[in-house]
Amino acid sequence: MMHNLTIKQMSEKLRTGEFTSVQLTQHYLDRIDEFDTELNAYVTVTPELAISMAEEADKKIAAGEAELLTGIPVAHKDIFCTDGVKTSCASKMLDNFIAPYDANVVALLKKIGMPILGKTNMDEFAMGSSSESSYYGPTKNPWDHKAVPGGSSGGAAAVIAAGLAPMATGTDTGGSIRQPASFCGITGIKPTYGAVSRFGIIAYASSFDQAGPMTRSAEDSAWMLNAMAGFDARDSTSLERETPDYTAELERSLKGLKIGVPAEYFGVGLDSDVSDVVKTAIAEMEKLGAKVVEVHLPNKDLAVPSYYVLAPAEASSNLSRFDGVRFGYRCEKPTDLEDLYKRSRSEGFGEEVKRRIMVGAYALSAGYYDAYYLKAQKLRRMVRDDFIKAFNDCDVIMGPVAPTPAFNIGEKSDDQVSMYLSDLYTIPVNLAGLPALSVPAGFAQDRPVGLHIVGPYFSEAKLLNIGHQFQQVTDWHTKMPAQYQ
Amino acid sequence: MSWEVVIGLEIHAQLTTKSKIFSGASTAYGAAPNSQACPIDVGMPGMLPVLNQAVIGKSIMLGLALDAEIGKRSVFDRKNYFYPDLPKGYQTTQFEFPIVGQGKMEIELEDGTKKIIGVTRAHLEEDAGKSVHGLVPGQTGVDLNRAGTPLLEIVSDPDMSSAKEAVAYAKKMHELVQYLGICDGNMQEGSFRVDSNVSVRRPGEPLGTRAELKNINSFRFIEKAIEIEIERQIELIESGGTVVQETRLYDADNDTTRSMRTKEDANDYRYFPCPDLLPVIIADEDIEAIRATMPELPDAKRTRFVSELGLSDYDATVLTSSRAMAEFFERLVALTDAKDIKLCANWMTSGFSAALNREGLSVEQSPVSAEGLAGMIVRILDNSISGKIAKQVFEAMWKGEGTADEIIEAKGLKQITDTGAIEALVDEVLANNPSQIEAYKAGQTKMLGYFVGQIMKASGGQANPGQVNQMLVAKLK
Repeated sequence: MMHNLTIKQMSEKLRTGEFTSVQLTQHYLDRIDEFDTELNAYVTVTPELAISMAEEADKKIAAGEAELLTGIPVAHKDIFCTDGVKTSCASKMLDNFIAPYDANVVALLKKIGMPILGKTNMDEFAMGSSSESSYYGPTKNPWDHKAVPGGSSGGAAAVIAAGLAPMATGTDTGGSIRQPASFCGITGIKPTYGAVSRFGIIAYASSFDQAGPMTRSAEDSAWMLNAMAGFDARDSTSLERETPDYTAELERSLKGLKIGVPAEYFGVGLDSDVSDVVKTAIAEMEKLGAKVVEVHLPNKDLAVPSYYVLAPAEASSNLSRFDGVRFGYRCEKPTDLEDLYKRSRSEGFGEEVKRRIMVGAYALSAGYYDAYYLKAQKLRRMVRDDFIKAFNDCDVIMGPVAPTPAFNIGEKSDDQVSMYLSDLYTIPVNLAGLPALSVPAGFAQDRPVGLHIVGPYFSEAKLLNIGHQFQQVTDWHTKMPAQYQ
Repeated sequence: MSWEVVIGLEIHAQLTTKSKIFSGASTAYGAAPNSQACPIDVGMPGMLPVLNQAVIGKSIMLGLALDAEIGKRSVFDRKNYFYPDLPKGYQTTQFEFPIVGQGKMEIELEDGTKKIIGVTRAHLEEDAGKSVHGLVPGQTGVDLNRAGTPLLEIVSDPDMSSAKEAVAYAKKMHELVQYLGICDGNMQEGSFRVDSNVSVRRPGEPLGTRAELKNINSFRFIEKAIEIEIERQIELIESGGTVVQETRLYDADNDTTRSMRTKEDANDYRYFPCPDLLPVIIADEDIEAIRATMPELPDAKRTRFVSELGLSDYDATVLTSSRAMAEFFERLVALTDAKDIKLCANWMTSGFSAALNREGLSVEQSPVSAEGLAGMIVRILDNSISGKIAKQVFEAMWKGEGTADEIIEAKGLKQITDTGAIEALVDEVLANNPSQIEAYKAGQTKMLGYFVGQIMKASGGQANPGQVNQMLVAKLK
């Protein structure tokens, strides 16, 4: 079946004419038709756009102008502005918003000729870890429809896991690529902050937001990251450095690799089955020639509190533009300006978004700024310094992505703190701006579990190399839920 | 009992950049509503700011002119509040780390006394858009053309103690930013906006509560508004009231100020560093490079005009009142090979300035260029025309009738220096005025002036007055 192929295989078959991009794209559109009503992984499906782009891609292929990804369809998280397509951020606030421009990432992939299948579901404004806060309802986990797919890029993870797209874009502010990748048994990488342009990505917390690929394998992610990354003058925080070839190191041996394993990561709160999966995966790495050393991240518990001050603070300001004046939701019959603001925002935003706006505004308000915002910035530096120190003793750090496998829909929606704490392994990485990968490493309670690999700044190629080598000796990444095979 | 007045000014100078501070949209004034607002200016989802580097050099230039500390690391912050003309729900500004720190400026009052006014800081920020009333009946529109226009907010210390001092400071700053070429100074279009913080106190007491006077677009009204506000505050306190902290608007028609909003309406702006913009790092070399490109400042130029060009204080002041005026003058002197600097200065301060004032034009808008005026002055210097004829030539040039030489030629204004021609004129006038000759010879020597006048008139003003004089005296002996 087409959807079981690797990206390289797909590309090869497109070039040799075994199938066309239109056929490949139609195959995915048919699967979306068949499965997505139940899964709810797409907010918007764009069949006409997809087919017309596929036709263009076929012409390019025929003319010998194709790049490796030309003709391979992609699904964009609904946080990426897409010209002429509804870009809702899964919010009622933007339910009527048709973006008049492309995000840089969307433009880059368009230029290569990757047909757009549609826009994937997510937590509203990327605020959440379960994709339950979407205005369009929760996405289901393809492995178990009772379970959440993780979040916020839950729709993206689900479409890859269910074979409803071969590649998907995601964003990761506090774990939003890696945690759903772990929950859905796919591969996802959050690059170094600044490696991928944020232009046209609807901002949640600007100093954390980072886009990355979500695919079946590390190799696929490497090809996709090659297409997504690069300096963009329209994003002032974009890194002005030469973009490396992220596939260059894929085949390197792991002999001599020093893996740091923080003892702190295997303490109370970590599900023992998840712990076993992660330890087994690390043992597999040792078989490949890697060495394990113990490292310490003593301030790891400061990360979640720091993040839940800073991210909402930035969000409270970033989301001020949604005021009902120029675009997006506007309340019915406002009586005056204040009523327009209050009701448009009260009615347009969901509960979690409003909660974070209020928390953030509070942390920035006069008299509390020093105690919350500045203190949280200080903790952020301490968490980052922990990593920098740890990388003196190891090449990468490995551990769990999340403390548990996917939880059930509704299980944590009334307990925000427990939801927040489920991001304790991923958030420190965002505070530090480091790259990190999640690769499928096994199952716990019949639900997928990912292995978290964190590296120093700009070590994406190394992380993908490790993921790829691991995937040469394991087959977790090729597994699909029975009904989607 | 006496009162002490304390005034501080906040001046918003719009920087002369072609595009906005964080986007590529044009800053040109007067375009159709929202035609110069790009998705970044409108605060569309996913849009990000990119700093227009041109604003940095311009700000540093002002800092150097004010002898101020330059912020080696300045940071953009977000000032959060909701208003329809503020598209993102925050204004990007500099709060804790401005680009220009403490500086100072010397002002001179009409009576010649001088005073140093401290400049607390100058920081960069983006302008908001504006609400438009009446375009759609019953509704308020928003025009975002101005949103994102770069502003340098220059904050003074509360060092001024009268309306006159405040205006002297504002005018000097106005002159300075134009000299530096960082702001066009157009107050009508809002390129240079002055907000005045005014309070009064008894000598020796702590600062009184201040009121802020906003949106006044002429120096004359700024002075009047401050004076009225001082009176209002004094009367209020003396009659047992207290001044409240508020923003007041000046009403020029009724010559009063009225409350616009009080402190109770004030927002908590929740300032924090803008995560979309990197801190601006300035190296010493950058500062020196900018210093090297700075034009001569008005005070230095004025001093030089007196010491090197030998001009009077008055002429030097008038000729340095704007950079354009000074540059016009210096060009004029150069084009006339500095043969008669005083003559050039006189023409600039009288004939030229009078013509500009009459038509309400700026130096840049003058129909007569420095080259044109120099062409005329050269003809005065080589005795082709007299000073009086030059006035006619100038007016014709002003009306666009050609160059000085073309006009002199076309109108036959060249001075008569031919002895025979002058003698004929002298003889004719003397022949027609026998009684006046009698009177002259009887001792009424002032009759000489009468004869000169008549001869000049007969020559259409073109006879060389010196030659006429000489010949008359000889003939009347």
